[in-house]
Amino acid sequence: MSISVSDIPALARGCAVLGTGGGGDVRTGSLAATRAIREYGEVPLVRLADLADDALVVPLSGIGAPTVSHEMIHSEDEPKRVAEEVERLFGRPPSAVMSSEIGGSNGVAPVAWAAQLGLPLLDADGMGRAFPEVQMVSMYVAGLPADLVIMSDVAGNVVTIRPVDGLWSERLARAVCVAAGSHALMADYVLTAAQARGAVIEGTVTRALEIGRATEGAADPLQALQDRLDAVRLITGKLTDVERRTTGGFVRGTATIEGTGADRGRRLTMELQNENLVAIEDGQVRAMVPDLITVVDTETAAAVQTEALRYGQRVTVLAWPCDPLWRTPKGLDTAGPRAFGYELDYVPVEELMTRG
Amino acid sequence: MADLPELRIGIDVGGTNTDAVALDAGGRVIAKAKRPTTPDVTEGLRAALDAVLGELGEGARIGRVMLGTTHATNAILERRGLGRVAVVRLGAPATTSVPPLSDWPGDLREAVSAGEAILPGGHYVDGREISPPDLDAVRRFLDGTRADGARADAVAVTSVFSPASDEHERLVAELVAAEYGLPVSMSHEIGSLGLLERENATVLNAALYGVAAHVTDALVTALDERGLGVPGRRAEPYLAQNDGTLMTVEHAARLPVSTIGSGPANSLRGAAFLSGVADAIVVDVGGTSTDLGVLSGGFPRESAAAVEIGGVLTNFRMPDILAIALGGGTKVRRHGVGPDSVGYRIVREALVFGGGTATMTDAAVAAGRGPREAPGWRDRLAAALGDMSEEIADTLERAVMIADEMVIDAVDRMSLGKTDRPLVAVGGGAFLLPDRVPGVSRVIRPEHAEVANAVGAAIALASGRVDTILPAGDSRSEAIERAKEEAVGRAVAAGADPSGVEIVDLLEVPLSYLSEPAVRVHVKAAGPLAR
Repeated sequence: MSISVSDIPALARGCAVLGTGGGGDVRTGSLAATRAIREYGEVPLVRLADLADDALVVPLSGIGAPTVSHEMIHSEDEPKRVAEEVERLFGRPPSAVMSSEIGGSNGVAPVAWAAQLGLPLLDADGMGRAFPEVQMVSMYVAGLPADLVIMSDVAGNVVTIRPVDGLWSERLARAVCVAAGSHALMADYVLTAAQARGAVIEGTVTRALEIGRATEGAADPLQALQDRLDAVRLITGKLTDVERRTTGGFVRGTATIEGTGADRGRRLTMELQNENLVAIEDGQVRAMVPDLITVVDTETAAAVQTEALRYGQRVTVLAWPCDPLWRTPKGLDTAGPRAFGYELDYVPVEELMTRG
Repeated sequence: MADLPELRIGIDVGGTNTDAVALDAGGRVIAKAKRPTTPDVTEGLRAALDAVLGELGEGARIGRVMLGTTHATNAILERRGLGRVAVVRLGAPATTSVPPLSDWPGDLREAVSAGEAILPGGHYVDGREISPPDLDAVRRFLDGTRADGARADAVAVTSVFSPASDEHERLVAELVAAEYGLPVSMSHEIGSLGLLERENATVLNAALYGVAAHVTDALVTALDERGLGVPGRRAEPYLAQNDGTLMTVEHAARLPVSTIGSGPANSLRGAAFLSGVADAIVVDVGGTSTDLGVLSGGFPRESAAAVEIGGVLTNFRMPDILAIALGGGTKVRRHGVGPDSVGYRIVREALVFGGGTATMTDAAVAAGRGPREAPGWRDRLAAALGDMSEEIADTLERAVMIADEMVIDAVDRMSLGKTDRPLVAVGGGAFLLPDRVPGVSRVIRPEHAEVANAVGAAIALASGRVDTILPAGDSRSEAIERAKEEAVGRAVAAGADPSGVEIVDLLEVPLSYLSEPAVRVHVKAAGPLAR
């Protein structure tokens, strides 16, 4: 299977749903992907099983300030410079590109990067959703050392960092990013296929495509999406309050949804930190990170980003299970509720549902 | 005769009707007219102007004529009369992964583009150059578009981060003017941060120069033909823009894209003027649809989302409008209301006009909401219903309930939870609206509400705005003062009286993830027109 121009809208919709409110806007990435496929051809989608053990996989993501990324768009040469540096370091060229984060813009843009490099895209990613911090990836949870970061910027600079651990990786990468104009392309953890087995979340590009296609031409897009995700419908209602505050570089906030129709009389509050993290009703948690919580437009089933939440919107909140990797002790240490400052013991969304 | 006070005429070209009003020096409406909008727009404009002049009679002294028109919108939607644009982006080697016009519909791109290039230049967020501008590369590109036979009528130049650093755009504009003699649109004059959306708006602006000249000519010629162009009786023409303010025809000739969306803005400003209320929800009921907007401090609340025009996403500021498919001509059936409408055929087809189609106007009259000045409607409706089954009466009754629910729901969406503001009902179909609406303090029905949009054009101010990124440190307050001065300068350039310009909007948003703390600043200045 390969990804063509006609797949991009569905992929973008799916990535937006998996973004759980964050992960950045998918529009610029969609335009870049469409353009790159037209210019360089369709992008083969390969499974990890198709790659030889020593084949190199490069997980790529764009990093920087959201305001800047609306103005400073990637140069077409950035992926090439990262690939050349990989070849210089490893003595062989990369075999595939992988999305570090399937949720949001970093789920769609890798199609453009793979097309520009003439490489296939691995049907996998490092999160299965969106997360705000660099170390919140499956490779870290799987215990791979965070000892290599390659960054490339619009001016043509390439920076290779050999950090001693994840903390230094984040700190140094951020400093380089700021110096590069708060916008860069980053390869974090260059993997052999053998290392990647069990350390990445497989099938997520296909899943994003399927999620995006589920609502296409559906008579009831919301039901079609819910069925495809096998999600719990936490509430259908009206957004009655959004409160945002900026602390520590991240936007935190609370959104309140009051039930309408069959849900009249109910009220759900959601804790936000770039992504939707915890959903609470009547003092009871109904779903929490790392399970996925996405707000969609009740009529069109299109995902609504946290920054686009506005009073009066008619929305439905869906929640569904995360990849099992995030439910391991190290997975929960890395991206469980306590990693975001919530004093909550993680309970899977499907268990919370049967309790309720 | 020289002692007679000067009058103002406001004209608003809408989708269905072209409205015109004359206001005296005290702001009273002394003449008004509604004429059908014609396919070429200009005929309807002349008809409405003649109707108002006829009502005023000989000897009236017209000081100013303000026009809000859909010429530019129509030209883009119909791909008609658009100029060819050479599209220059300054930012290489950055931004090459998404070239200019990537998201444009093929036919519009075909009609507009004389070639696109991403050339060296542009800035980083902190003000450093990405690379110095390469003026020879600009020359080679423009010479190339000539050789291709796709002769450019204008040039659009968009530089990365130009809302904060505009010098590269200016350099290119000077070169194009001096060496090629072509008009240039510079993106920092047109849109805010968001490269692709700002570039789109800038290219549309450059494509509309011919349309703008046509509108200006049509207006000036219409005034000349009516003896309003001669010295001593000269009426100064102005065009309305999308934020509810005016610009001189010279200014409009440079920024035609900002006339798009002036209709809803005029309607909101007119509603504020006629009702005397500065903060309100305005509901403008037309023949096919109802537009809801919010007045905040006498000006339209602006949309936070990007606005699509003719399939192209742009980021210039437009009034935040919610349109619902409900109007006086909306058809009423047993199972619901609309969304289709009889439109301008209402005067033949509605039951109150002796026709055979049940419309929202009929439903409103049946519920006792008909306009006071049309008492005959009720009798005619009664006669029509006498011939029909009780079922029709039920249908009409239910339609009013459905329509009220639609309005209440839309008001709630626009109110953002604030329930202490009044609702101002305007437009030809305002009588459809109920007297009590949950979520607002009261319903105001001002006199002349049916021509609020033309009134809005007639009373508008001139404005200027600046949207940029400034350092948040010690130099912040000084930088904001400079931004304010710049906004005032732009208002004066648009025709405002320098002594009457005030800052009407100042918005500061802190930016995250940057090396130096910075704020995004939006300043708007507005004032009455200079004499």
